Amino acid sequence: MSWSEDKPIVSIKDVKKSFGSLEVLKGVSIDIMKGEVICIIGPSGSGKSTLIRCINALNDIQGGSITVEGREVHDEELDKLELRKKVGMVFQQYNLFPHKTALQNVMMAPLKVLKEPKADVEKRARALIKKVRLEGKENSYPGELSGGQQQRVAIARSLAMRPDVMLFDEVTAALDPETVKEVLVTIKDLAAEGMTCILVTHEMGFAREVADHIYFTDKGVIVEHGAPEEFFDKASDPRTKEFLSQVL
Amino acid sequence: MYLPLKLPQNPEQRPGYMPVLLPMKSHAAPVGVGTMVQSFLSTKMGLFVLAAFLISLGAASYAQAASGAQLGTIALLWKWTPLLAKGFGFNVLISILSMAIGTVLGVCLGILQVSPNGIIRRVAWLVTQFFRNSPWLVLLFYCILLIPFEIEVFGTTIPFPGWLKAVIGLSLPVMAYMSEYMRGAIQSLPSGQWESADSLGFSRGQTMRMVILPQTVKRLLPPWMNLYAVLTMATPLVSIVGVDEIMSFARAALASENRVDLLIPMYLYVLCWFFIYCFPISGLTRRLENRFAVKS
Ligand SMILES: Nc1ncnc2c1ncn2[C@@H]1O[C@H](COP(=O)(O)OP(=O)(O)OP(=O)(O)O)[C@@H](O)[C@H]1O
Ligand SMILES: [Mg+2]
Repeated sequence: MSWSEDKPIVSIKDVKKSFGSLEVLKGVSIDIMKGEVICIIGPSGSGKSTLIRCINALNDIQGGSITVEGREVHDEELDKLELRKKVGMVFQQYNLFPHKTALQNVMMAPLKVLKEPKADVEKRARALIKKVRLEGKENSYPGELSGGQQQRVAIARSLAMRPDVMLFDEVTAALDPETVKEVLVTIKDLAAEGMTCILVTHEMGFAREVADHIYFTDKGVIVEHGAPEEFFDKASDPRTKEFLSQVL
Repeated sequence: MYLPLKLPQNPEQRPGYMPVLLPMKSHAAPVGVGTMVQSFLSTKMGLFVLAAFLISLGAASYAQAASGAQLGTIALLWKWTPLLAKGFGFNVLISILSMAIGTVLGVCLGILQVSPNGIIRRVAWLVTQFFRNSPWLVLLFYCILLIPFEIEVFGTTIPFPGWLKAVIGLSLPVMAYMSEYMRGAIQSLPSGQWESADSLGFSRGQTMRMVILPQTVKRLLPPWMNLYAVLTMATPLVSIVGVDEIMSFARAALASENRVDLLIPMYLYVLCWFFIYCFPISGLTRRLENRFAVKS
């Protein structure tokens, strides 16, 4: 099956996921078009992280299907590397490699996984570090950077693989309030450039500002979704209302 | 049947066992030994132990000199020092070789202990536990008895002398301890390291080589050095299975002097050799531990 840009770049259909007897996703469906930014919000434990991890096969699924650019992700035959090249992921805890400098962190995957020439990779890595506004920090180790700076290096590291889709799982949740903004600005830049982004976030103001579409999950199902204005102002489901009244 | 195991014999029953050894020419050296020893040690503790040793030696030697014609204890120890030094050289050599072999095997075994394959993981775990819970001396006896004295590979005979078997015997517990340290170090790293490497497209092997192993080095270094000191102190065990080292030479020296009053100073002297070698290692280990503890 060939994929073209008029079809969803990521298509999640009736996905079910259990950890043992605990059913975490009970049939979730979302379609994301190329260049779209969607935010997934919901109470703790509702399965947001699990869903996002299923998209790049860090978790397996028990039912339904997930396709990226028309290719089934949970297919035994799948070339994992093909998926990795298309989907980048940024984690709450940054997960930078502490024994490598910022520049080396960004360069490592293109060099070792894509086996691209070093000069090209370095040029691109320096440009990415500049893009996340960390010029001058190329040779710093993660331990010498603030949380917000580390998270921006992590974003640059994912971008170095030239993904078509970026996944962000509560990437500002571990940060100080002052540094949250610098990371959000970086993501906003990306969205403005047309990167397809799937975000799990607790930053409602940010979600309202950047998202094309918002999904509210609770207990493994999508309760409500819509464009930011209608979602935030005209939520109809009592669970959504209760959640919004707590966080807004 | 070839029985390679040589139980220690009374050296007096083995005349001609001793290599020719000329006593050192100068007898003015004890002071020299003292200063040389001092330069090795930096802490008060080391100096204190050494001083206690020298005082007890001095006292013994003084009593002897007062009693008459025989050579003083220090002079006697000095006379045997070249042989003991050679013996200690064997201890060091055996410890380094055992450590090298044990480290390489242990690192591999430790990596297998976290294999995604359940069977490999369990076998590696079992091997580790087996050798970690066996007395070192028994392992030594087994190696001496079970390994043939020569091995034929493609027509060429490779001899397997006793000391090499002893090296292998001592490397087995080292392997087991290293394996456990390795497993612990790998598992102590946050799982996020694996996940982020995975999401960047690294294979499991690449992640292990480029992300995980480099980070374990820092954690492994202190227990590894500690293990080396423990191994060095265990090397006299090989004298029990008939391999020459400082203890067997010390016994030979005692036998040829045949002086009861030399027994305690001689073994104290042997202890001193080990102390001077191992004490700085444990000091350095402590320093590294402190440094890493502050950093991470
Ligand atoms: N590896 C796992 N094994 C077992 N249970 C898990 C595992 N990962 C997640 N869970 C469970 O799945 C449920 C959903 O977890 P998930 O992390 O997806 O929630 P979340 O919506 O991201 O919550 P939060 O906002 O706190 O991050 C939770 O009940 C959690 O305990
Ligand atoms: Mg989560």
